[in-house]
Amino acid sequence: MLKDIQVLNEKETRGGFGEGIYETGKANDRVVVLTADLAGSLKLGPFIKDFPGRFVQCGIGEANMIGIAAGLTIGGHIPYTTTFANFSTGRVYDQIRQSVAYSGKNVKICASHAGLTLGEDGATHQILEDIGLMKMMPGMTVIVPCDFNQTKAATKAIADYQGPVYLRFGRPKWPNFTKEDGSDFVIGKAQVLNEGADISIFACGHLVWKAIEAGRILEEKGYSVELINIHTIKPLDEAAIIKSISKTRCAVTCEEHNIIGGLGDSIARVAVRNFPIPIEYIGTNDTFGESGPPMDLLKKYGLDSPNIVTAAEKVLKRKSA
Amino acid sequence: MTDVRQLQNIASQVRRDIVRMVHAVQSGHPGGSLGCADFMTALYFNTMEHNPHFSMDAVGEDVFFLSNGHISPVFYSVLARSGYFPTPELGSFRKLNSRLQGHPTTHEHLPGIRVASGSLGQGLSVAIGAALSKKMNGDDKTVFSLHGDGELQEGQIWEAVMFASANKVDNLISTIDFNGQQIDGPTEKVLSLGNLRAKFEAFDWQVLEMNGNDMNEVVNTLDKSKTLTGKGKPTCILMHTIMGKGVDFMEGKHEWHGIAPNDEQLKKALDQLPVTLGDY
Repeated sequence: MLKDIQVLNEKETRGGFGEGIYETGKANDRVVVLTADLAGSLKLGPFIKDFPGRFVQCGIGEANMIGIAAGLTIGGHIPYTTTFANFSTGRVYDQIRQSVAYSGKNVKICASHAGLTLGEDGATHQILEDIGLMKMMPGMTVIVPCDFNQTKAATKAIADYQGPVYLRFGRPKWPNFTKEDGSDFVIGKAQVLNEGADISIFACGHLVWKAIEAGRILEEKGYSVELINIHTIKPLDEAAIIKSISKTRCAVTCEEHNIIGGLGDSIARVAVRNFPIPIEYIGTNDTFGESGPPMDLLKKYGLDSPNIVTAAEKVLKRKSA
Repeated sequence: MTDVRQLQNIASQVRRDIVRMVHAVQSGHPGGSLGCADFMTALYFNTMEHNPHFSMDAVGEDVFFLSNGHISPVFYSVLARSGYFPTPELGSFRKLNSRLQGHPTTHEHLPGIRVASGSLGQGLSVAIGAALSKKMNGDDKTVFSLHGDGELQEGQIWEAVMFASANKVDNLISTIDFNGQQIDGPTEKVLSLGNLRAKFEAFDWQVLEMNGNDMNEVVNTLDKSKTLTGKGKPTCILMHTIMGKGVDFMEGKHEWHGIAPNDEQLKKALDQLPVTLGDY
């Protein structure tokens, strides 16, 4: 039951990155960290302090940072680039495309402050298109962990994973509930948080917690909810998705991202090609965000748990129609 | 001792390769390729310590990055002629299922290529990354890069120029092919580069200049540039070339940036480049 999921504490996912990159750097001397004037925001302090020779401060020049990262792979380094999600993707799309992805470089693009929960800084910084941009890039792995522990686990795991990776996380404190040792995280393997028979809810990132909240309400209403954390959007665990939807026969997808091009589209693609079912999408609907407190923004843009409950009831009705 | 005459002979063959490759598929970029033939020949046959038994990581080797990837014909010819892959493969340039893509790429695993280029302005950053990688590895070899002059209109170049001097990337020698031409016309008319020497010096680079179509001068300047490494500053060579050099009807004409010679023009071009080591 979803009510059995215990919250360990509330921590920022970017803090998980900071701890993860420190431990990765300690364990692997090939790991190099680059930033574009956002070392503090990405929690790089301990790494910089202990491994100054493997830290590259690029200043406010993201395009140059991506290129330098590509070059650092030549000679066997494993570069992690760090900045906000907007500047990690949209701003440098062609640099990633040519110098990293097409060139097959082992660069880890680590992006914080993704989505609406960036909050008050507003739409210029709240990218809601990055998952789509990055999943369309041939050869790019896309990972959107759900909490502090999982972000830490993913940060460590990608060092041993050959090829370019986009790792997306966020700014606010958020319920932390996955295993502290990260043993429940495997790249490319969907994480079944709860088995159920009536409806599948697929979520990624911060919205996994919102989906848990919604799932609890649905359980109280008597539904059996299967909740799956799709932390790896690419490569997608299609077998897990097909297995779930062929049992529940309806689904809701939840993401802090535009419904055009995000997780929901990926799930729908698998469904229409294998096992067509009714699906409802939770995400922003072809819009920019705005300034405001994170939780208020999620509510205004329809990304909080009551919206997920409504979408679930709608899709359950469509299934039985 | 460097045998300049021998380098000139190789450069003649490289030019023959360029016009024949571009003619064969009726596409590609002969102008900049011909202009850089002397430089690329000197680099691969004299200046760089490199191993044609290709290793991506290039440990203990000098490495080269072509940032202006459209002059792939000269790059491919020099790589083949120095033993990275068999010269007959030059005949596959721009054809289906070829490793010799229109613009260079690692994607098809062509030996000698370490990054894709073509979308301009990215190669200097990559070269800086490779130079930093060498420093971190305690590898004292040098990173070379080549850029078009028009390419300097890309903003990323100046991010990289600023970074390299601020971070004392002094194992980097970046050459600018200063032919004054770009697709839409002379750089002076399209978007003037102004005083390039002053710009690089203002960014605290060491600047050399050379006539890139005089083999003696190219060899000597490249030798000099190597003595400038390790002194706390990156080095820039402003290389004055003539677009299309070696084929009189292409020389200095931006129209030959990206078009291919017809059968008659090919014959005329090859007649002007009589020295051959054996066409592919």
